[in-house]
Amino acid sequence: MFAGLAANVMFGLLRTSVLIAAVAAAPVAGYDVPAVVAYVWLGQGLMAFVQLWGDTRLTERIRTGDVVVDLHRPWHLQTALFAEDLGRAGFSAFLRFAPPLVIGSLIYPFRWPEAAVWPLFLLSSALALVVSFGLRFLLNATTFWLLDSRGVITLYVVAVSVLCGLAVPLDFFPEWFQDLLWATPFPALIQAPIDVYLDRRPQWTVLGYQAFWAVAVYAAGHVVLGRAVRKVAVQGG
Amino acid sequence: MGDRVYPKLVGARLRGQMTYRVSFALECLGQGFAQASELVVILALFGQVDSLGGFSRSEVILMYAIASTAFGIADLVAGQLNELPDYIRTGKFDVLLLRPLGTLPQIVVSDVRLRRVGRVAIGVVVMVHALGHNDIAWSPWTALLAVVAPLAGAVIFSAVWVVACAVCFWLVEAQELANTVTYGSNAFTSNPITVYQGWLRRFMAFVVPGAFVAYYPALALLDRPDPLGGPAFLGWVSPLVALAAAGVAGLVWRFAVRHYRGTGS
Repeated sequence: MFAGLAANVMFGLLRTSVLIAAVAAAPVAGYDVPAVVAYVWLGQGLMAFVQLWGDTRLTERIRTGDVVVDLHRPWHLQTALFAEDLGRAGFSAFLRFAPPLVIGSLIYPFRWPEAAVWPLFLLSSALALVVSFGLRFLLNATTFWLLDSRGVITLYVVAVSVLCGLAVPLDFFPEWFQDLLWATPFPALIQAPIDVYLDRRPQWTVLGYQAFWAVAVYAAGHVVLGRAVRKVAVQGG
Repeated sequence: MGDRVYPKLVGARLRGQMTYRVSFALECLGQGFAQASELVVILALFGQVDSLGGFSRSEVILMYAIASTAFGIADLVAGQLNELPDYIRTGKFDVLLLRPLGTLPQIVVSDVRLRRVGRVAIGVVVMVHALGHNDIAWSPWTALLAVVAPLAGAVIFSAVWVVACAVCFWLVEAQELANTVTYGSNAFTSNPITVYQGWLRRFMAFVVPGAFVAYYPALALLDRPDPLGGPAFLGWVSPLVALAAAGVAGLVWRFAVRHYRGTGS
């Protein structure tokens, strides 16, 4: 746990240095030094909170055949997994989100928002979690068809940090690429909560965008699960 | 006798991995993309600014390319060390001690993951591009440096990997701690060290000798003085630093193994 936090902080320090070197002379795309510092450390905290790097719990259950038991329990599998994920995220809000934020704000000049922004930021983070869960659920569900989802999950993990705005603010990209990315659910994971925090674009627009993808991705998971259940063949067990 | 065992083991691993070709190709691609994400960051930054830490785009790309190639090779060779905590926790490490072979080479050949070639490939491709797009005064010496720098860098990275992972002998769950210097060095060395400040630069550039992987060799290739005031010969000493780092790593590993006590399980 603390080793993970150490890695998180180290990468935060490295990323902050590079971005400060870029914006020190003049603000870039509206980011000055305090804004870019807040951007990096919010990202370092959020990536653990939304579990950006994917998870394979459902994949394992499908592979071992345990999913058959899950499907016969008196619950909706997707909702049950979401409840579990909520608990995990709540825990990591204290141990993985807050500490990097505190450390970053102690070391560097840090942009704090107005008090009124905090509830919106919390709402945005919650929506980011729903979208993240929805995407991870869909990725895992591919196991029903592919039997081995490792390739798909690897490609997702590799692509997501650039696509969601963790590696570099999406506003630094060429305009056409930004437009392309905002048409996907990825910016909802990291860039959207940070934009709400930094008040970079109309907050209700960003929240609306996130809410749309939260519903869309969750619903897609619901449909996919329904189809998978009809075709599921018990393996092993 | 060990000399003939290792090629056989490595050969068997490689053949095994080539069996599932689509999966192999996908994973190769994934590793390549992972390494390229640092490049995407550099390109995005230079879409907005003209210099980073006092260096132009093609100069930073050259540093990224040397670092990437070096890290790719090191990852191929030493990446398996990430499994060390597992070896210790499950008692598999005790088995290694019983065999009449070195413990370190045994772990290294235990799982050579060829898919990591993706990282090396990205590094080499970008390197060829960067060498062509920078103003380099070509001579036998600079040509030799262009080839040796990534190799010396790979040795430095591997040494760092060994030392960092040796910590796992004392703290079994220290893998992520080790990642802060192994994968952290990868991120650190892809940029000019002038963008970092204070203890972070001193630690990552000179304690972990990350500055000698790409920064100083790139300065020598570009025939630029060090903005930080270092003497010019620093660009040429990477192989010596690599030898020293490998020596230190060997000593640390021996010390760690000698003080190793099984987990008792």
